[in-house]
Order: sequence, then structure tokens, then C-alpha cells
Amino acid sequence: MASPRSATTRGRGRAAAPQSSAIAKGGEGSTSLTRAQRIDLYYWMRLTRSLEERLVNLYRQTKVVGGLFRSLGQEADAVGSAYALRKGDILSPLIRNLGSMLVRGATPVEILKQYMARGDSPTRGRELNIHFGDTERGFIGQISPLGDMVPVMAGVTLTFKMRGEDRVGLVYVGDGATSTGAFHEGINFAAVQRCPLVVIIENNGYAYSTPTTKQTAAARLVDKAVGYGIPGERADGNDVIATYEATKRAVDRARRGEGASIVELMTYRRKGHAEHDNQSYVPEGEGERWARENDPIDRYVARLIGEGVSAEELAEIDVRVQREIDEATDIAEASGVPEPLDALVGIYADPPEEKPLWFRAGKRAAVDVNERPAGWGTFDAPAKGGGSD
Amino acid sequence: MAEITYLEAIREALFEEMERDPNVFMIGEDIGAYGGAFKVTDGLLAKYGESRVIDSPISEIGIVGAAAGAAHMGMRPVVEIQFIDFIANAYDMLTNYVATARYRAFLPTPMVVRGPSGGYVRGGPFHSQNPEAGFIHTPGLKVVYPSTAADAKGLMKAAIRDDDCVLFFEHKYLYRRIKGEMPAGDHVVPIGKARVAREGTDLSIITYAATVHKALDAAEQLEREDGLNVEVIDLRSLAPLDDDAIVATVQKTNRVLIVHEDTRTGGIAGEITARINELCFEWLDAPVLRVTAHDVPLPYAPSLEDFVLPQVPDIVFAARRLAAY
Repeated sequence: MASPRSATTRGRGRAAAPQSSAIAKGGEGSTSLTRAQRIDLYYWMRLTRSLEERLVNLYRQTKVVGGLFRSLGQEADAVGSAYALRKGDILSPLIRNLGSMLVRGATPVEILKQYMARGDSPTRGRELNIHFGDTERGFIGQISPLGDMVPVMAGVTLTFKMRGEDRVGLVYVGDGATSTGAFHEGINFAAVQRCPLVVIIENNGYAYSTPTTKQTAAARLVDKAVGYGIPGERADGNDVIATYEATKRAVDRARRGEGASIVELMTYRRKGHAEHDNQSYVPEGEGERWARENDPIDRYVARLIGEGVSAEELAEIDVRVQREIDEATDIAEASGVPEPLDALVGIYADPPEEKPLWFRAGKRAAVDVNERPAGWGTFDAPAKGGGSD
Repeated sequence: MAEITYLEAIREALFEEMERDPNVFMIGEDIGAYGGAFKVTDGLLAKYGESRVIDSPISEIGIVGAAAGAAHMGMRPVVEIQFIDFIANAYDMLTNYVATARYRAFLPTPMVVRGPSGGYVRGGPFHSQNPEAGFIHTPGLKVVYPSTAADAKGLMKAAIRDDDCVLFFEHKYLYRRIKGEMPAGDHVVPIGKARVAREGTDLSIITYAATVHKALDAAEQLEREDGLNVEVIDLRSLAPLDDDAIVATVQKTNRVLIVHEDTRTGGIAGEITARINELCFEWLDAPVLRVTAHDVPLPYAPSLEDFVLPQVPDIVFAARRLAAY
């Protein structure tokens, strides 16, 4: 069943998301999801938001080593789209798809360790933030050059097709990545080869500071589907049900052997590119308006309440989410930093490791021993112990 | 046993590996129905069909990226870059995505990116390049560049079986000029091992690919005219470099000339020189010299190309200077 705001590529609309009137809220679309599944969607969205809020606290305590990337206001598009996949499918997330990864089985402990660069994080301290994956659970880690995951996922899904496997792939790009050559080449390849791939364009209005209107002259990003000869659909990315249903249609097409599709999800990036970004380029009041009028969790809560779910039941989920995040934080904070020599392991299968260069010979942990004495970074540190944050 | 060409040796390796392992497949521009711009993949489509010999769009980012994705899933793709000059289009995909995949994400990416490379063929700026130096300093990639038919076959089989990405440079000048007998059985040449192409005691020429043959010609001339006994080392693998073979020849002859067809600045000769400095400086009786292409885009006209690229007389000239030092 199509949501009222989803449209085919033949429809008309606007490319730019920031005018929140462009996606005026209407009646919420219908769905075949069970009550338990609809509650599940709420859990994942709440977990996404609360986990990011915990990360903000840790960031302010300087426990997050690098930058922090928020998906505030985009939880519905991430969760709803990922929810349309099933076991065996593979998804390639973007930086604002924490929710998608949680749905696919990434855990809060992993996310926290990853941000805090711990030695037993999913990438052993090699990569930042949510750049990690697990093909068993069905998600592949992104890299920073945008658009690159589209050809990679074309190859993943080409393999599904070659082997006759009943599996589907899903890859996210933002409005910005649609300008890249990799996006074009990947989607064209997937279209020609009829790969079972769903390409989600999350149109959140901004690529770093660049508004969609400076990214493309196309009226709607979903119109690009016409050029590739594949189906395209646009949906309200702040409506988790509409997102799920639109993605599900594309996933079902792929599963039936009908090839690749584009789904453009209209949403809005409420925070800056990363936590350091003060959003000076955003028109005054724009973000506040989206927060007030079109918050995906507020909307979904209203829908669930309207469907007879009690506020108490949702509050219990909130409590459960907080408890899970607290427990995960304790575990993550207790884990150690990577052993320096681990940096030299696993560049290739063979040889298994690089040797330390001659000026590091015999120095097992040179940085710790020579360049970072106890108390480093504090004025009056005790000679021993007493770590600071 | 009958001799086959360098090109036929590569094709033989592709056939044998596709036969051996159903996960091996070919992807590239015009490789199927047409058999490839140089016919390296000729006959593969007829035998293995469209699902394993894929004619792709003109799309180096697309096919290298798709190969990486397939490799993550357990396939062993072999990508043809129609002319290796076009690998530049996939530089991001190879260096940022493929080369880091195992390290940052523990994703195996067993794939081969192969293509006709090199000059001496009047190909002009975009059909003659030697871009290997652009990749050897990227951790996570392996680079091989054979000079003989047997090595071409054996290294291709090793590259396809390797669990990481191997860039396989094929010298198009050698495709049909060089012939050799194939060793019997499952002939695999290990990656990372150089070869002594000619034994000698007076000085060493370290080189690879087409200039191996120029160096061998120069060595013959030097023996004939100067009585010099020249050793020629064919590196075969550029990443990883065979430090042991380099050190061994330095310790044997104490004089080293490095020859490559690639341009001088940032070329691999500089890296080899630095390693000799670090590993066996005290064994040298003369400074390490290099003969390379001039630092210009490769021009088309024969008189220009011949001037820019290293030739046998250049190697003879440099070797005489080194011997006299």
C-alpha cells in the first residue's frame, strides 16, 4: 500500500528538503506490520536517539576520540528502511544510519567502543565512529569517500544474482553523494546487470554546509531513476511507516529478480555535519521548525497512541533503552586502548604483519613509554595512576 | 613443449583458473564477445558464458568497486582495465576502498586488476603509461609486472589465488614479441620473489617488465665489447619488493644500476636506492645510478617516444660509467 506522500518518478515535487512545507505532514500511511513490529520500530528509533545523546555526553567529556555524527531527526528513515530487509540481506550504511545498523544487529557496546577507539572495538581502533560492518549480521562498513559504496554493493548483489541466492542489498547515499561519479557508475552497473539492489537517497537538505539546491539542478533526486532505466519512488523519510513501506516495495522488486531501484527519502538534518559544526549556514529557525513540526519520533508516538498503544508502554521502552545504554557504557568504558603494535597486523593475509621500522626496534609501546608519561595532559597529576579525562 | 606468447600465457592462466575455481570470474570492457582490446580474454565467453565473463559499461569505478563487493562475498574477480592508463579513474576505489578493506574492516578482497601497460608501441600519452609507482606506496595492494611468458602465467595464477588485491601489469610490447615454454603442471610463481635473469659478477642491473629485455641486450653488448660480466635482476613483484634479492646482488657485484620505463621522479628506482642505502650501503663501491624515462607525458611520434624512453644504448652508457667509477 502506498503512503499518501510517496510518489512515482512521474510525480512532481521539490528537490530541496529544508522547506519543511515541502513534505507537509499528512495522514499517516497504512501498513501490514503487526503491532509487535510497530512497537519494535519505536524501540529502534528511541535507541538510536538515546544512544546518540549518550555519545554527546561522552564527547563533551572528551571520551570520544574523533568527531561525533548525529542522525537527530533522521531516525525514521534509517530504521524504517533497514527494517524492510531480512536475515541474509546486506546493507551498507552511511554516517547517519546508526539506526539502520542497530536494526541489523550492531550493538550499543560496539558503537560506544568504536567512538572511544577501544582495542576491542569492532575495528580494533582502526576506524572511526560507525564505520564498521559484519557480513554475518548483514551490514558492510562504509568508507569516507561518498558514493563509493554503491559500486561495492552492486558487486555484493551481483554475487547474489550469480549464485541464485535469495538475498537483497541496500545502500544509502545522501543528497551530496548523488553528485559523485561512483554513485553514477555503481547504480548504472547495478541497473544494467539487474542486481537486486535498493539505493536509498536520504535527502536531508545538506551535504556538510551545501544545500541540495547547490548540489543538483534536478527538481527531484528520484528523477535520476529515469536516466538509469529503473523504478524510483519518493517517500516521507520522517514517517517510519512510509519509509518502511516504500523500501519494502523496492526490496520485494529486487527479491523477485526485477533489479535495482531508487528510493528517495525526504528528511532533514537537524544537527551539523558533525558535532563541531555550528550550522551558521542554516537559515534561522529552520531546524527549530523541523524539530517542532516534523520530529519523526514525536510523529510516530502520536500515531501509536492514536492506534491504542499506551503512553506507559512506550515509557517502559524508554526505560529499557536507558538501562541498555547505561550497561553498554559501563562495558565500553572498562575496555582498554589498542596495543600499539596491533597497528602493524593484518594489512595483508600474507604477510600477516609488518615489522616495526628500525627506529622502533625493541620498543613495544613506544608512545606510552617515551612520549606520554603518566599524568600527561594534566597540570598537577599524581606520579602514578590517577587517569584524567 | 611448444612455446607460447606472453599474451597466450596470460590467457592460459585465466582459462586454467576459471576451470579450477568456479568463484573466478572476468569483468571488463569489451572482454566477452570481442575478447578484449588485445584478445587476452578471447574464447572465455564461449566456454564460460555471460555470467562469468561480464562485458561491462565503460566504468572503471563501477567495475573495480563491484569486483571488491563480489570479492567480499567470496568470489575471485579478475578485472580488465582496457588500457592500464584508465586505472587512474579507479584510483580512489583501489586506494581508499580496496586497499584498506582488510585492515579497517577485516573484509577479504581477493581480486586481480589487470591490463595492458607500457610504451615502446607508439600509443601516445593515454595508451602507454606505467602507473605502478602510483600504487606501490599504498599499503594493502600488491603489484606484479612480469617480463617473461612463464612468469606471466605463473604470476597470474598466484595473483588470482592471493587473498588480497593484486594489480597485474601486462606489458603490451611483450604481448606477442616474447615467447616461452610453460613449465609442466600447475605453474605458480610466488608473489614477492625476484628472479636472476642473468648471472654476473661485475655490476647489477635491477629492473622489471619490458626493460628486462633491454637490460639483457645491454648485458650482452657489454660482455662482447667491454668484457663486463653483468647481472640482471628481474623484480617481477614491485609490492612487496624482494629485499633479499636486492641485497644479494649488491653484495655480489657492489655496483647497481636501476632501470625502469616509468618516469624518474617518484619512480620505484628511488625506493630501491633508499633500501640499498639502508640495508647494504657498506657493500657499495659506487653510487647507485638509474636509467628511467624522462619526466614527460609519453609522446606519440617515434622520434619523440624513443628519446623519452630508456633504450639499450642508454643502459650501456650508464653501465660503463658505473663500471668505471
